[in-house]
Amino acid sequence: MSLSRRGFLQGSAASLAIAFYVPTAAKALPRLGPPAPPPNAFLRIGADDSVTVVLAHSEMGQGIWTGLAMLIAEELECDWAKVRCEHAPAAPVYGHPMMGMQMTGGSSTTNGEFQRYRMVGAVARDMLVRAAAARWKTKPKKCVVAKGVVTAGKQRATFGELAEAAMKLTPATDLTLKAPAAWKLIGTPVRRLDTPEKITGRAQFGIDVQFPGLRTAVVLRPPAFGATLKSFDGAAALKIAGVEQVVATAAGVAVVAAHFWAAKLGRDALVAEWTPPADGGADSAALMARFRDQSRSPGAVVVDGGGVDAALSAGVHEAVYEVPYLAHAPMEPLNCTVKLDGDRCEIWTGTQFQTGDQLAAAKVLGTTIDKITIHTPFLGGGFGRRANPASDFVVEAVQVAKAAGVPVKVVWTRDDDLRGGYYRPAYVHRVRAAVDAAGAPVAWDHVVVGQSIMAGTFLEAFMGPGGVDGSSVEGIADSPYLDGLAAKRVTLHSPRTAIPVLWWRSVGNTHTAFAMECMLDELAHAAKVDPLAYRMRLLAKHPRHAHALATAADKAGWATPPPAGRARGLAVHESFGSIVAEVAEVSVEGGRIRVHAVTAAVDCGTAVNPLGIEAQIQSCVAYGLSAALYGALTITGGAVQESNFHDYPVVRMPDMPTVAVHLIASDAPMGGIGEPATAPIAPAVANAVFALTKQRLRALPLRLGVA
Amino acid sequence: MKLDVNGAVREVEADPDMPLLWVLRDLLGLPGTKFGCGAAQCGACTVHLDGRPVRACVTPVATVGDRKVTTIEGLSPDGGHVVQRAWAEADVVQCGYCQSGQIMTAVALLEKKPDPSDADIDAAMAGNICRCGTYPRVREAIHLAARLKRGGA
Repeated sequence: MSLSRRGFLQGSAASLAIAFYVPTAAKALPRLGPPAPPPNAFLRIGADDSVTVVLAHSEMGQGIWTGLAMLIAEELECDWAKVRCEHAPAAPVYGHPMMGMQMTGGSSTTNGEFQRYRMVGAVARDMLVRAAAARWKTKPKKCVVAKGVVTAGKQRATFGELAEAAMKLTPATDLTLKAPAAWKLIGTPVRRLDTPEKITGRAQFGIDVQFPGLRTAVVLRPPAFGATLKSFDGAAALKIAGVEQVVATAAGVAVVAAHFWAAKLGRDALVAEWTPPADGGADSAALMARFRDQSRSPGAVVVDGGGVDAALSAGVHEAVYEVPYLAHAPMEPLNCTVKLDGDRCEIWTGTQFQTGDQLAAAKVLGTTIDKITIHTPFLGGGFGRRANPASDFVVEAVQVAKAAGVPVKVVWTRDDDLRGGYYRPAYVHRVRAAVDAAGAPVAWDHVVVGQSIMAGTFLEAFMGPGGVDGSSVEGIADSPYLDGLAAKRVTLHSPRTAIPVLWWRSVGNTHTAFAMECMLDELAHAAKVDPLAYRMRLLAKHPRHAHALATAADKAGWATPPPAGRARGLAVHESFGSIVAEVAEVSVEGGRIRVHAVTAAVDCGTAVNPLGIEAQIQSCVAYGLSAALYGALTITGGAVQESNFHDYPVVRMPDMPTVAVHLIASDAPMGGIGEPATAPIAPAVANAVFALTKQRLRALPLRLGVA
Repeated sequence: MKLDVNGAVREVEADPDMPLLWVLRDLLGLPGTKFGCGAAQCGACTVHLDGRPVRACVTPVATVGDRKVTTIEGLSPDGGHVVQRAWAEADVVQCGYCQSGQIMTAVALLEKKPDPSDADIDAAMAGNICRCGTYPRVREAIHLAARLKRGGA
């Protein structure tokens, strides 16, 4: 999600009170499920010295299960070996400090919580120290805290021994956090806390939820975007052993059964008639042609410094870049479990957007969000798909549970997941640039065409003037390459189609970085200037970008020729407050692009867990590389043609390059890390392919022409 | 029918065509084996039959016969299998959803090739998709597990 800078729904300053948990005092336990949990629960210290960090955000691979715990532990001075985490229930106190709602996205968890989670640790430590001082009749400043033990002279007590007394004290409000120089944990490589359950199969994902009486449902959804259900016959489905009910949802038909396999067979046996979309249905190729046409005329103005047309009247370099619709395809297919009990609704689902899902479920049931309990298990990947303002997979599951009158787990198959919509929108960029004698841009005209993610959702209210969705153009008007350029015009067409769209890891940057970094590369080659030198000249006033780019290039051996048959390309892009430069080294083997090595340099400001950051850079590269080399959805007659990983291929082990990550020491404000390395990989690879083959590939996925 | 799962013989009442995956997950209460594609495309459901890796999502339960089924839950009582230890040491997991399948495939690879080359790893692991892109650390962990198995550090 890309809302952080706009800071929608500015949240009230969340209170920092701490709830300690002592097993003997069960009343202090923030129980999941009704009644609503006590509001002040970010940390519990058990009599057994265990330290439980309650996460206001969802762990979906990005490592906050470790990183947020590090923030508390840094100030708490507890024994790291005693630290464990759990997801918070859905409750207002867990609202995102910058966005108000409880959600995970925009690469904003660690930086968004940097103050709050450290302060929780500091407040708790202070209470423990005061409890110890009171017990020993000494002054708090005589007490020393280390590894979960408070000492004063010969007196010694563990956190667990002090927790009950500490809980009764009033939290301080005037504490000062440690100076960075005093950090012991922050900035050091720390292994993940969720490894034990994830290597033994014990980790519980949404799809693993099981309890007595729970049924599994598989839903038949419209075969095309815009198609509607005319009639259905569930008789054949009901004959299948294990199938118990066939019920209608708002848009489709659900088969409710004793287990998944019966439900799936039941759905296969359903007979349904659909009314096709009135206009024949969306067609991705036709849409791209239409977008291409639209890009010939300016859209809504994002920025216009004036004088662009005059400056472009002579000698223009023009290029059109295109990216297709993409599915997120997280490894865990979407699923949602719903149990209705009187006026209460209990939901288990891997979600990135608890508050939105509460609102959506409450709307379906005609109730208020305090009646909606959400349990968040581990997410088997999110990438934006599980943060849907429409809460599609939650709304549908609530409808099924309501219609069936039993608790149900709605499970999506892989083809449901690929065909169910909410894609990275397809985009066309038409870029025209005029250059000076040295080849540097003196005018830039950039027309962007593609669906808005925010339009049509409750986020529409946060769109900019002229209906500009900032996420459609992020990284263009504010590009450091165009800084100070007066003759700069960026405009946007936001066509509406029947295809549901959504943020996809790094959102608009997935296409804006591709267009910007490829265009820059084209201008560099046109000027016969080394692509690195060309960029460095333009980045003179942007030392962080320049340093990241120079570092990546240096570590990749830019100055020395690559091995025979290979070439390198580079890109640098800022997103979510972090700057990532990447150099890709590629070859072409049997007509296929092969990426051997990626060298990344990262300036994300303060680095909390370098080991986790390295993992996220590798992760972003893999995710972005799938889009660069393979990802494309084909939509005809409103229906997505791809159905599984055989026709929607993603990067696999043999495709994966080595990824060397160089973390730049930086005192810049902390940026995000879950997304920013995604965007630079496609242009870096495309630019390398050009260097190798002289083929300028301007559409993703990159496909070489027949030589 | 009877199934030998993780060293215990279990009685199962299931349609013979029901994939082993759903028997394990929905009938036997072993959810560590994951559903990712239902078409032997992603490897998330990898289990062992007599030590050989198979895709449980396309293995009809009736075809299992008296072969011994091993799932991630049966690999070790406590995560102490050498491959699991290597996974922890290399800090492999991210979302974790595909990791049961990755680990089961890696265990089978190391049984067959105690010191796999990178090419061996590419070939053996190509069927296991990870959308988080843990591949570099999976590779590292497999090499590490090979060393640990040989008794090195």
